[in-house]
Amino acid sequence: MAGMILTSCSKNDKIEPVNTEVKAPIILEFDNIAGDNNLQLNAGTYINALGEQFTVNTLKYFVSNIKLTNTNGTQYIVPQDSSYFLVDESLPESTDIRLNVPEGDYKTVEFVLGVDSLRSTMDLSKRTGVLDVASGHDGMYWSWASGYIFFKMEGTSPAAPVDGTGQRKFRYHIGGFGSAGSPINNVKIIKIDLQAGGLAKVRKGRESQVHLMADVMKVFNGAPNVSIAANSNVMSGLFSQTVSSNYSNMFTHNHTHN
Amino acid sequence: MWRLWLMALGLGFLLVSCRKNVDEPQPPADDFAGFVKPANFPAPVYKLENNQVTKAGFELGRALFYDPALSRNNTISCGSCHIQGSAFTQHGHDVSHGIDDRLGTRNSPAIMNLAWMPSFFWDGGVFDLDLQPVVPITNHVEMDETVENVIRKLQGMPKYRDLFKKAYNSEEITTARLMKALSQFMIMCVSANSKYDKVKRNEAGETFTPEEQAGYALFKQMCADCHTEPLFTDNSFRNNGIGIGFNNDEGRAMITFKPDDKYRFKVPSLRNLKYTAPYMHDGRILNLNGVLNHYAAGVKQTPNLDPLLQKNGGLGLPLTETGKQQIIAFLNTLNDTDFINNRLLAEQ
Repeated sequence: MAGMILTSCSKNDKIEPVNTEVKAPIILEFDNIAGDNNLQLNAGTYINALGEQFTVNTLKYFVSNIKLTNTNGTQYIVPQDSSYFLVDESLPESTDIRLNVPEGDYKTVEFVLGVDSLRSTMDLSKRTGVLDVASGHDGMYWSWASGYIFFKMEGTSPAAPVDGTGQRKFRYHIGGFGSAGSPINNVKIIKIDLQAGGLAKVRKGRESQVHLMADVMKVFNGAPNVSIAANSNVMSGLFSQTVSSNYSNMFTHNHTHN
Repeated sequence: MWRLWLMALGLGFLLVSCRKNVDEPQPPADDFAGFVKPANFPAPVYKLENNQVTKAGFELGRALFYDPALSRNNTISCGSCHIQGSAFTQHGHDVSHGIDDRLGTRNSPAIMNLAWMPSFFWDGGVFDLDLQPVVPITNHVEMDETVENVIRKLQGMPKYRDLFKKAYNSEEITTARLMKALSQFMIMCVSANSKYDKVKRNEAGETFTPEEQAGYALFKQMCADCHTEPLFTDNSFRNNGIGIGFNNDEGRAMITFKPDDKYRFKVPSLRNLKYTAPYMHDGRILNLNGVLNHYAAGVKQTPNLDPLLQKNGGLGLPLTETGKQQIIAFLNTLNDTDFINNRLLAEQ
């Protein structure tokens, strides 16, 4: 125990000088929560601002085009081909995004929540891994209106009307990159300031861990509040813009381990 | 003397053939020409630079196109609803029927000159031919399968290990390889050998009859704004006034969510109409007389009706009985028997 404290003290106190020629690991941890509670799929019951009770069964979203800015103002852009990740609450390993970036003290993290229009129209050979349109298991691609689902949250709620299968479900599948002159562009750029919660001090031999919180309550609670009773199914239609505008505020920085 | 000459020729031939076997690569088994742009066509929009058509790639695509393994219960192939003899449509069906005889909501479009098409389906929801097959493969009423599972099935078939190896120099089956092989087959479905094309290219003294010529003049005046030559579509989305269909299909608006796009559908090509009846997105008109009668007298005022069909205060096109027959005579010059009989495109 004493050893651990000593180690952790020495870690924080004696941070090595930066060598930008050297790359070192950084982890962006996406900790999905629901208001004051940790999100528990299929189990936790939560209440939104409109007083509607809900349980979440599925939560998945694309995080892409990650950029980090250090305290000197220098921006590091993760190479585009390796900058697409699918966070899936049901797969614990998917909520930690591991990157190798130049050493530095990073003060902001920026990413696209979703898949940018350029990649959404790119040659199929450039759409592998989580972007493979064959990966039916993740269900994050619309085939008939070519495009990725950026954000998917499904669950049950007593406020939802009974659907064709006799269940009270809500299904939010949000995508749309403004193709074919469509007014719907739900690509969101998320910028997170790390200065208050702790800079990410990336050094070789260390593993900087940026602990981000993603609050699903924000999907409903915003301006305006989204009602499950009134909108139990939100897919690619116009209302998807309200939902994406709300959830673009779901990310906050909690703390950083260096 | 001439016998000697023949012998010398034979010897020469033998020598050549020996040398060929020893020193040179084998000549191609047939004269596969790859993708060739017809002289009277514009440049294709399909990005050939990302998917050069090869003989092995095309043959892989053709095998896949005709393989029912692409459907959930291995009963439906692409060729089931896109029949070559019907210019790759499902002739005689208003809406297509797929797996377990489930009915779709739209008439299956022709697979023809797709390399010149910037978007696919009646609503244009897919903008890349390489992504097109995902739709029928995964559609509940068409093949009801997943691409993932198709790949798994193909991996278990020795035939495909061989065909993929020939096409891509490795047995690995990826989504991109699968889709691009299908694209190679589909873009090779080029129809450009109708009487119209021959007239346009001044081939073999081909000319229009007076009736066809009169129809062509009327066509250019009344139809060609949307059915633009030489592909006979401008690939736009329009409401041609056929009236809202049985299932209130909103067409293009289902993709763009723009109220202005309601009831607009892709302008179809007019090539090979002889083989592709019935007509319109839901196959509601059975023959060309019906189509011409629609434009002459059947156009209905519905949201976003095309301005070209409501000129001079009236609805539709000012067509006389003679004019209609002349236009039909011209449209019949767009039928391409070479296309529907091309052995290269048939199931082998």
